[in-house]
Amino acid sequence: MSQANSAVAETSVWSGGRSPYAVNSKKFGMWLFIISDALTFSALLMAYTYVRLSTPNWPTPFHFSPSIIFSTVMTFCLLSSSLTMVMGVHAMNHGNRKAAVAWILATMGGGGAFVALHLTEWLNLINNEHVTPFSNEWGVPLFGGTFFALTGLHMTHVVIGLIYLGIIAFAVGRGKFKAEDVEVSGLYWHFVDLVWMFIFPLVYLMSAKI
Amino acid sequence: MSAHTEELAVAGGTTKTFLYVWFALLFMTGIEVFLAYEQIPVLIFLTALVGLSVIKAALIIAYFMHLKFEKLSLFITLFPMLVLCIILMLILFMPDSNRLMMMRPR
Repeated sequence: MSQANSAVAETSVWSGGRSPYAVNSKKFGMWLFIISDALTFSALLMAYTYVRLSTPNWPTPFHFSPSIIFSTVMTFCLLSSSLTMVMGVHAMNHGNRKAAVAWILATMGGGGAFVALHLTEWLNLINNEHVTPFSNEWGVPLFGGTFFALTGLHMTHVVIGLIYLGIIAFAVGRGKFKAEDVEVSGLYWHFVDLVWMFIFPLVYLMSAKI
Repeated sequence: MSAHTEELAVAGGTTKTFLYVWFALLFMTGIEVFLAYEQIPVLIFLTALVGLSVIKAALIIAYFMHLKFEKLSLFITLFPMLVLCIILMLILFMPDSNRLMMMRPR
């Protein structure tokens, strides 16, 4: 290889030695996970839409109070927690660990409020509307099955996110972990928020009792 | 470490930008809730909801997840594949669900 070609090879994006995506491996790994998880939620939302379209008497059990009010406040909690998370990443990028921990704890507060409200909403549905994953009084068991599977998987993601953020906040507070670790946890949290942006209108608003 | 490495990671977005995006997301959520109680045809309502949700998702991905400030190669690697897979699922699911809808007893 001539000297000129060698120089080109060394600086080429694909020659190794530097990332073609200019991101670290943790961040790239999280992006790949997010894409695969997005496909899981897409499939579940499509399955929900499928059974809904094919069921003539699909129930609309979500009264304005408490269901729609609760789910709207839950959306506010998640959106606000995304804002605090991005502020946490911003603070960590500027080397301000104390502020980063405070923002991450605020994010966990938003996530915790979301879980508490969601469980209250579930209990309201189970106790007052008599909806369970296997039966309901409208004779459409698939409603409960798809509703609890979809929202349950999402809530599982939120709970895992809270544990993840708790570990990150603890470590950052002790001077461990880098800015990129906080950013990767932020990517996960924003994804959880993003999924709710589809579940809230398609599951709650489309089945609101008018 | 670290201050040096941590500063290297600084990329895109200011507090003002994040606040604007947050307000926009809240505003669109408000529109969605408002539309749920308006007497509009189901198909238009569904299209509006999905459209607003896609815009909200795009804002979250671009600004909160910083994809707007990443290299284009990352976006090209991840998202066309995701959209293609979703379209493939739609092709498999939707014709049959439409058929079932047409078969409903009138």
